Amino acid sequence: MRSTISYLLGVAALAFPFAAMAAEKLTIYTYDSFTAEWGPGPQVEKAFEAECACDVEFVSVADGVALLNRVKLEGAATKADVVLGLDTNLTAEAKATGLFAPHGLNAENLAVPEGWGDDTFLPYDYGYFAVVYDTEKLKTPPASLKELVEGDPEQKIVIQDPRTSTPGLGLLLWVRAVYGDKAPEAWAKLKGRVLTATPGWSEAYGLFTKGEAPMVFSYTTSPAYHMIAEKTERYQAASFPEGHYLQVEVAGITTTGAKNPLATKFMAFMVTPAFQDVIPETQWMLPAAKTSKPLNPAFDKLVKPAKTLAFSPQEVAANRKAWVDEWLSVMSQ
Amino acid sequence: MRTGQTIDRRVTAGVVALAAIAILLGGAVAGLLTEAASNWAGAVAAFDGYMARVVRFTLWQAALSTILSVLPAIAVARALSRHPAFPGRGLILRLFAVPLALPAIVAALGVLALYGRAGYFAGIFSSLSGQAWPGAYGLSGILVAHVFFNLPLATRLFVEALDTVPADQWRLASQLGMRAGPSFRFVEWPVIRAALPGVAGLVFMLCITSFTIVLTLGGGPRATTLEVAIYQALRFDFDPARAVALTALQILLTAIVVAVLARLGANAVGDANLSVASPRVRDATPTETLLNSLVIALALLFVAGPMLATVLAGLQADLGRLAGESAVLKATATSLVLAILSALLAALLSLSLVMARRALQLQRRAGQRTLLERLTDTGAGFVLVVPSIVIGAGWFILLRYTGNVFLLAPVMVVTVNAVMAMPFAVRAIRPAYDAASERHEKLCALLGIAGRDRFRLIDWPALRRPLFTALAFAMALSLGDLGVIALFGSDAVQTLPYLLLARMGSYRTADAAGLALLLGLLCLALMTLADRLGRNRYD
Repeated sequence: MRSTISYLLGVAALAFPFAAMAAEKLTIYTYDSFTAEWGPGPQVEKAFEAECACDVEFVSVADGVALLNRVKLEGAATKADVVLGLDTNLTAEAKATGLFAPHGLNAENLAVPEGWGDDTFLPYDYGYFAVVYDTEKLKTPPASLKELVEGDPEQKIVIQDPRTSTPGLGLLLWVRAVYGDKAPEAWAKLKGRVLTATPGWSEAYGLFTKGEAPMVFSYTTSPAYHMIAEKTERYQAASFPEGHYLQVEVAGITTTGAKNPLATKFMAFMVTPAFQDVIPETQWMLPAAKTSKPLNPAFDKLVKPAKTLAFSPQEVAANRKAWVDEWLSVMSQ
Repeated sequence: MRTGQTIDRRVTAGVVALAAIAILLGGAVAGLLTEAASNWAGAVAAFDGYMARVVRFTLWQAALSTILSVLPAIAVARALSRHPAFPGRGLILRLFAVPLALPAIVAALGVLALYGRAGYFAGIFSSLSGQAWPGAYGLSGILVAHVFFNLPLATRLFVEALDTVPADQWRLASQLGMRAGPSFRFVEWPVIRAALPGVAGLVFMLCITSFTIVLTLGGGPRATTLEVAIYQALRFDFDPARAVALTALQILLTAIVVAVLARLGANAVGDANLSVASPRVRDATPTETLLNSLVIALALLFVAGPMLATVLAGLQADLGRLAGESAVLKATATSLVLAILSALLAALLSLSLVMARRALQLQRRAGQRTLLERLTDTGAGFVLVVPSIVIGAGWFILLRYTGNVFLLAPVMVVTVNAVMAMPFAVRAIRPAYDAASERHEKLCALLGIAGRDRFRLIDWPALRRPLFTALAFAMALSLGDLGVIALFGSDAVQTLPYLLLARMGSYRTADAAGLALLLGLLCLALMTLADRLGRNRYD
């Protein structure tokens, strides 16, 4: 009998905080590598829940593009308070849906190159695209984008297809930013060096680490993973004086989230050290705001671009289709 | 009396199965169309010169892949069937089911480990050709990978069909002193010919929808399939109308090819008598034995090569740590549960279709086949050419307001995998069911055996082995595809392939290789289990 009572009391004690929590819940839509057990999700969730005494629920879809499509399809009825994981190539389209509300936060102390002026989305990390090469296979890596384009066609590079992949789109924009209207001619030359254009980053990087090609299109931060997790300096990024193309990953509050005070609280938390400390060695990207301590020294060895290249989200939204079609017609000849 | 209650009930089961498929596909299309609303500009604009080139390449690579997979498979299946006691035969057949369970990128990496620029054979190829081996990229790479996937599949299905040849026929052939040639012409070819349109159609469908293989090994966007265009339509520019239009085109093209293939086939002339002979009478001269061994060895080398490369890569991983990780254990359990559920559903639906088709065929006796019979025959197979991302997106649109959509993700995975596995399961079950029916139909009618009794006493002994084969195939397949949940949310469906791709996407290539090995072993274990359970008392 006593055990029954204590059991009931126990159940009541357990149930009570859940009931209290249910009122204070924050739903964040993101992509699944963010919530993977080695991703930043679990640590971020723990840190924010300790601060807000609330319940954070992540809903993770395949990737940033699927994320935008899902929110678009759900429309104003979306359960998401915060959408985390779009990049700046998607924000113009995201804003056009009218489903996002201004964040209302001060964006002055961010560490993103070129500063930040978007009142709807806030960045949580960024990275530069780069050609990563295998030092055991390639003694003299290309010293510029021009050298990459015009170099020995026997030294291959694996790239991603811009029709299906975000980095693939990044390379397309990079070549556009440097060559302008001459981009098709540049692609016609680069074509001979392209071993293949994979559907996503994983396939390309897999071919590269298998030794199929001495170069792959990736990020300046990729070597940091190999240096820290695998203790090897074998894979390095090539520095290009024309500048490196920038990718910024952002989060925004939905119109649903505008009614939930926790959403703004989370956005403010996102640019504090408690969140930012987690980013470098889980996302393998650079933090978008101050961290509490300096990054692992491996990050100091990475390529620091002399110049940052980026189109505005509006330019990308307006031209993406035409540029991809142009790429297709050159590459499929 | 023949068209009594039994047959009607079989037809009803088939209609229910067809309805289930129709709902799955119809729902997806309806979902996409509600979202497409009246915006058909993108769909119309899709049909341009570029798309014509894409269609040409899609058909060309699929046709070549089919021919290169199916023709050798006939030789291999025949060789295996003529030597029931060939050393390691059971293991070879089980190994032949493993490629199905491997995610496309794992197979691509396995193929490249041999034939790539840095592959094991690169040195030999380079010295043979006198220049640096460029690697198996372009059409040749695509074909090698497709044959790696489909030759073993086709072989297994042909072996399954050859197993339906009544033992008496073998005995008769042997008594008549038939050598390999006449025995092929009179005993084996009729059965193979009956199975040919189905098997070739299946392989064609798998190749026409190829995506990761085509992009990864294709060497650039010149190698683009319709599937890539459909995927593209549902990504950066979310254009459901275009996705639906391109899917319709893909179905239409496949329908034409399947119709042409059907003309190659013929109905198997079954044997209406009960088998009394021992099933192990096969005569082969020493020369033939040698040739057959060579054929089997070559096929085995071709299929086992990339698998061995996958195993070697997997052994580099920290397997002990991986196997102990809770995420891996959980993913294995999730994979197994989802795979078993979809395999059971697939077997149930397929058996219904097979029985209904046979019943309708018996009812008809002569004359044109009805639409219903055609649908129960090849109709269901067409779900294979509807990309899972289309089904997923369509159903997401329909279900988006129903509350917790991500709770529906496992249901979607099970249903879609089950329906996608049906074309395989149907091909495994149908030859055995039709052969058994040919033998027992009159007897059953005469003795008034029907319904559950008939299934238990008459059909089950004949169907036991093919049903377990179908289950194993369906399970192997269901370990794979996850495109359907792209929008739904992945928390409830973190399966082994999912974990593998996730690790690969975050620099953990060694882990991914280890998981590929685990996945292959799991598939092999499932196949062995299915073989054991499917064994008849008399085998």
